[in-house]
Amino acid sequence: MLIKTIFAGFGGQGVLSMGLNLSQAAMSEGKHVTYLPSYGAEVRGGTANCTVAISDEEIASPVASSPDFVVAMNQPSLVRFQNQIQSGGLLFINSSITEPVVSRGDIEVIEVPASDIAEELKSPKSANMVMMGAFSKKTNLVLLSTLIEVLKNTFKTKKMLIDINKKALTAGYDLF
Amino acid sequence: MYGNAAIGEAAIRAGCQCYFGYPITPQNELTEYMATNLSRRAGCSFVQAESEVSAINMVYGASLAGVRTMTSSSSPGISLKQEGISYLAACELPAVIVNISRGGPGLGSISAAQSDYFQSTRGGGHGDYRTIVLAPSSVQELADLTHRAFDLADKYRIPVIILGDGMLGQMMEPVEFKYDAPSELPVRSDALRGAKGRPSRIVKTFTSKPTDLEELNWSLFRRYRLIEKEETTYEIYMVEDAELVVVAFGVAARIAKGAIRNARANGLKVGMFRPITLWPFPYEKISELTQTTKHLLVFEMNMGQMIEDVKLAVEGKREISFYGRPGGVIPTPSEVLRVITRLYYQKGLKIEK
Repeated sequence: MLIKTIFAGFGGQGVLSMGLNLSQAAMSEGKHVTYLPSYGAEVRGGTANCTVAISDEEIASPVASSPDFVVAMNQPSLVRFQNQIQSGGLLFINSSITEPVVSRGDIEVIEVPASDIAEELKSPKSANMVMMGAFSKKTNLVLLSTLIEVLKNTFKTKKMLIDINKKALTAGYDLF
Repeated sequence: MYGNAAIGEAAIRAGCQCYFGYPITPQNELTEYMATNLSRRAGCSFVQAESEVSAINMVYGASLAGVRTMTSSSSPGISLKQEGISYLAACELPAVIVNISRGGPGLGSISAAQSDYFQSTRGGGHGDYRTIVLAPSSVQELADLTHRAFDLADKYRIPVIILGDGMLGQMMEPVEFKYDAPSELPVRSDALRGAKGRPSRIVKTFTSKPTDLEELNWSLFRRYRLIEKEETTYEIYMVEDAELVVVAFGVAARIAKGAIRNARANGLKVGMFRPITLWPFPYEKISELTQTTKHLLVFEMNMGQMIEDVKLAVEGKREISFYGRPGGVIPTPSEVLRVITRLYYQKGLKIEK
């Protein structure tokens, strides 16, 4: 089973970190995985995206022309990627800052007020982890506990950040 | 790990002591990795040169001094390095040159392409010489082949090119390093490290007597024959009963593999042949394939370059089709599956019940 996900948003929202987090979690669960960031002529404050492919067998291409899941952290990402999602796929929207206008009826839309929840946790930067928590609950791609293990490793040298990111993950997970 | 970082780590573990680079997308993470990690090691140095031309000439110098050395760039930068590569070949010096290639011609695009096949496999610079060319198709293989590149360069005293592309360099995959960094490598007996206590040695690429140069060319070509015999490598995938064999290298091969898995599920007997060494090219093995397969499809991310080598191998015994996407467009497995399926029915090949 091959599952491809695109994470997209503003540069600085942590969309590449979300992809990395998921890739490392999938890797430690023994899956085949590829991670491909958008690269090149990107600007600060512009849009960023990355593609994660997870599979039980060898992955042919790390590129996703029709992803199973899309996580849109801002409006431009929603506009750009909503038409690419496979029929029956899931679309996650950061509804705090994004107007959830979706023109398709054949996909499931999941609105997550990620930025608002992160604000409430007094850590606006962890909106990405709130979204990640919701993503892991709805997709069952990787376990929440694996994601938390990965976090511990990511913030090995900045231990004080582990707790707040864990809180954000769990808050997102408990939404559904 | 990023493909680019995996090359850097593998090079350090292979005992690369000197790296010289000049920034260009999409290989910058490799230069960055070496800046952070190589310069920390005792006896190693990292230099960001002022241009690609000086980087390759620094490699030339380091190789003369007898250390394992490497440079990396992407297509337009590799063009600039060709003069230096020709000089390395003439002086029979080992070196590893990484090309994380991108779309061309000219400054081209920054997206992955395979349009440097001709340049890599035909020598690239002026003069009658060859370089070994390794074409990885995964991040794991980037690491493994980087290690092999250093060994081959030393064994045959030849520049070795690693031909990757923007997608391999930029993507992240799990990777396992099978070697630890050596504590010390033996120094070549002809290394130039000061002539104290011995007569001075001169290494040069200019010979005024044509017969001397002819002898150098003969000796190079005897070695090239040996490399062709000993070092040709390839991967075969489900070719035993294949009616149609797709020939592809590097990243195109892994895309083709995905398409072939699905074609097999539909009952089409398709296999894949992937050269891992582009020079020496596995002519013999492809020639053997023509005895069992009916049709060949060459698939490349260019307008058809490797197909010329496939034609040389097949010698007209089988019909060959081509599918390519140039300019840095990355085709999808489903697109390649459509091409395979259409071709399969057009040629009336046998379908498994």
